[in-house]
Amino acid sequence: MSLPPHISAKPAFSTSRLPTYALVGNPNCGKSTLFNALTGLKQKVGNYPGVTVEKKIGTTFSQHGQPITIIDLPGAYSLAARSPDEAVTRDVLLGRRGDTPQPDRILCIVDATNLERNLYLVHQILDLGRPVIVVLNMMDLVAEAGLEIRASRLEQALGVPVIPCEAVAGRGLVELRVAMSRHDLPLSRHAWDVPGPIAPAVADLQASLTLNDGKSPLSARAEALLLLTDLDSLRVAGSTPLSPRTNEILRTWQTRWEGQGTDWSAALVNSRYDAIGRIAADVVVHVGETGPTVSDKIDAVVTHPIWGWLVLGVVMTLLLVSIFTLAEGPMNWIDDRAALLAELVKSAMSAGDLRNLLTDGAVAGVGGVVKFLPQILILFFFIGLLESTGYMARAAFIMDRLMSRVGLNGKSFIPLLSSYACAIPGIMATRTIEDPKDRLVTILVAPLMSCSARLPVYLLMIAALMPGESVSLGAKVGLMLLMYALGTFGAFGFAWLFKRTLLKGTPPLMIMELPPYRLPKVRDVLLQMFERAWIFLRRAGTVILGISIILWFLSAYPKASGHVTPADQLAQSFAGRAGHLLEPVIKPLGFDWQIGIGLISSFAAREVFVSTMGVVFNAESDKENTAPLRTAMLAAKWPDGRALFTPLVCLTLMIFYVFAMQCMSTIAVVKRETNGWKWPIFQTLYMTGTAWILSFIVFQAGRALGF
Amino acid sequence: MPVTIKLSELPIGASAVVREFPKSGSAFQRLREMGLTAGTSLKLIRTAPFGDPLEIKFRGYNLTLRKSEAEHVLVEPTDQPKASPPA
Repeated sequence: MSLPPHISAKPAFSTSRLPTYALVGNPNCGKSTLFNALTGLKQKVGNYPGVTVEKKIGTTFSQHGQPITIIDLPGAYSLAARSPDEAVTRDVLLGRRGDTPQPDRILCIVDATNLERNLYLVHQILDLGRPVIVVLNMMDLVAEAGLEIRASRLEQALGVPVIPCEAVAGRGLVELRVAMSRHDLPLSRHAWDVPGPIAPAVADLQASLTLNDGKSPLSARAEALLLLTDLDSLRVAGSTPLSPRTNEILRTWQTRWEGQGTDWSAALVNSRYDAIGRIAADVVVHVGETGPTVSDKIDAVVTHPIWGWLVLGVVMTLLLVSIFTLAEGPMNWIDDRAALLAELVKSAMSAGDLRNLLTDGAVAGVGGVVKFLPQILILFFFIGLLESTGYMARAAFIMDRLMSRVGLNGKSFIPLLSSYACAIPGIMATRTIEDPKDRLVTILVAPLMSCSARLPVYLLMIAALMPGESVSLGAKVGLMLLMYALGTFGAFGFAWLFKRTLLKGTPPLMIMELPPYRLPKVRDVLLQMFERAWIFLRRAGTVILGISIILWFLSAYPKASGHVTPADQLAQSFAGRAGHLLEPVIKPLGFDWQIGIGLISSFAAREVFVSTMGVVFNAESDKENTAPLRTAMLAAKWPDGRALFTPLVCLTLMIFYVFAMQCMSTIAVVKRETNGWKWPIFQTLYMTGTAWILSFIVFQAGRALGF
Repeated sequence: MPVTIKLSELPIGASAVVREFPKSGSAFQRLREMGLTAGTSLKLIRTAPFGDPLEIKFRGYNLTLRKSEAEHVLVEPTDQPKASPPA
């Protein structure tokens, strides 16, 4: 066995600096748990510029206490990337990303109970010619799976350190740190046979990549192998297009093979798996048949044609109910604190515009959004729990058929469902959807699911629509359900439409691993929850603060002269004038300028409509009792004496709220998740346009029918 | 000459060996890279409630794929109740 030519030279790094490690592995192999165990809270979470892929960098310490940097790369099955996540992993490892230095060494984590498939990625990574440490995780589950793993045999076969480990329990970490602290990590001696007909092409491409594309000899061979594994060379090249010469060589070889009937990609993959198979035969001992595992038993129920739906229904109901009940206390607490803070500012400062800016603008506006944070946190927690236990994949599995009707796959289900509580966590959870177009469609339609901020508006409108105490609860609930159904059908309808027109793509795949069920590690779930919440606050925070202040300014200026009621002040403010300006546009929907003010103020959060109406109609009311507001609204008239809030207008307004995009936090999150303003603007226009058109139809048809 | 059928036609609970696999198509490339190569033994564990997607087990793990992909994978049913993964 001779060394492949590309790894003949030892990579040099100065001894003064400890090497940077990249942590890579398949999804579901315990990578996050290991990363958290190694780095604790010493992590920096961000985004790779230009793509919406999470960038995590942490610090761990060598056995002598020196800091070692670890880059946690997104989970990947192969370096022949299929998703934005995998593309980042490939590009960082190949040193293609300007924003991340190429890691010196690679920590490969594999699931010991699922060695063959996990070794495929390791096998590709060994080609990179960097020092590699293989972490054999989940050793605690090996016996249960009826296996025995001979780690030393694996070490011999690969020629790199192999560290058995149980990341969940923290076992093996000491040994791992010792290995990571070594200055002289060996390079892999593993040699595998590139299939005969393909080997000369690898050499040709490697030479050309070094000469014409400026690749380092170290990564040129790995790049050449990737070009031949993935049939789409454009995708492999990613942001760094191939030089004409390399492209020519690649085409020449491919044409020749096509003529000969050589399936080069399959030949490469097969020969890797052949090599892996030989290693696995030596390393993995099947101790005995174990019969159905715990996971198999759970799955027999969870994916059962009848019980499966029941379980899904119970889990989802539990999720939504607990969000609404658990979040209520903290939400009220935040409300009270915000009010208290406003009072504090009031007592500390003399009356004036600055004080109003702080109390009515900043505190009230930001408080109104932070109020939803408990809900968002709980949702993040549940989503994390569903992900880490493995149930998420099962829900996607049984929902796939239904989702495929509108051109999506099962993975869009949980994000859409979460959006019933709040679209923000739903949209942030779409990162599990690999296909960029499917992900975008899911993001675009998620805010159509009726979120909890719409609930106060629906309740107020239903109360105004059916004011009598004699109206049956059934009618009210029925109307409420109708609104939820409208939003849901709207979401699926638009998903169907977008998948057929704007974001036409290949039909989504459902190639998804069903990982064994695992007990969640609460620390990991909590950590992820706080990370996501922090990202939301940091990214949306400035937008929210900005818009809150603008909204305050619009309602506070210009100042009315003399002593006027808040209603009069609002009426002649910019917001009032905007309401008047808006009136011609919304009059065909039966809305006047006062409702227009409500629509504008809803951009802070939809439920602000209720308090704005309170100011507009001079009605003192709180969330427990909207009766005074209801009475005031029902007394409101057009200048010509017609009643403003007729039942038809109330219904039209509810329909408008079902479809219109009126949430600055969502807009801010969509901007972050789609990397620009294009899609949030499109989303705002299509949703609000639909809201207008449907409201128009309902109102005009209702009027024509004599309502 | 072994008798091959489409993977989508394999009865639930039955085992088979992969015989033929489409050359191109990003779905098949990914399936191959995830270890579903010619010669691999697999078992059809179940289908989702509406008969699609399928859940198969091979190389010691479970994977789902849609019928539309499974139609293009030709397998040879095996009689052994439990085929061990090829070494």
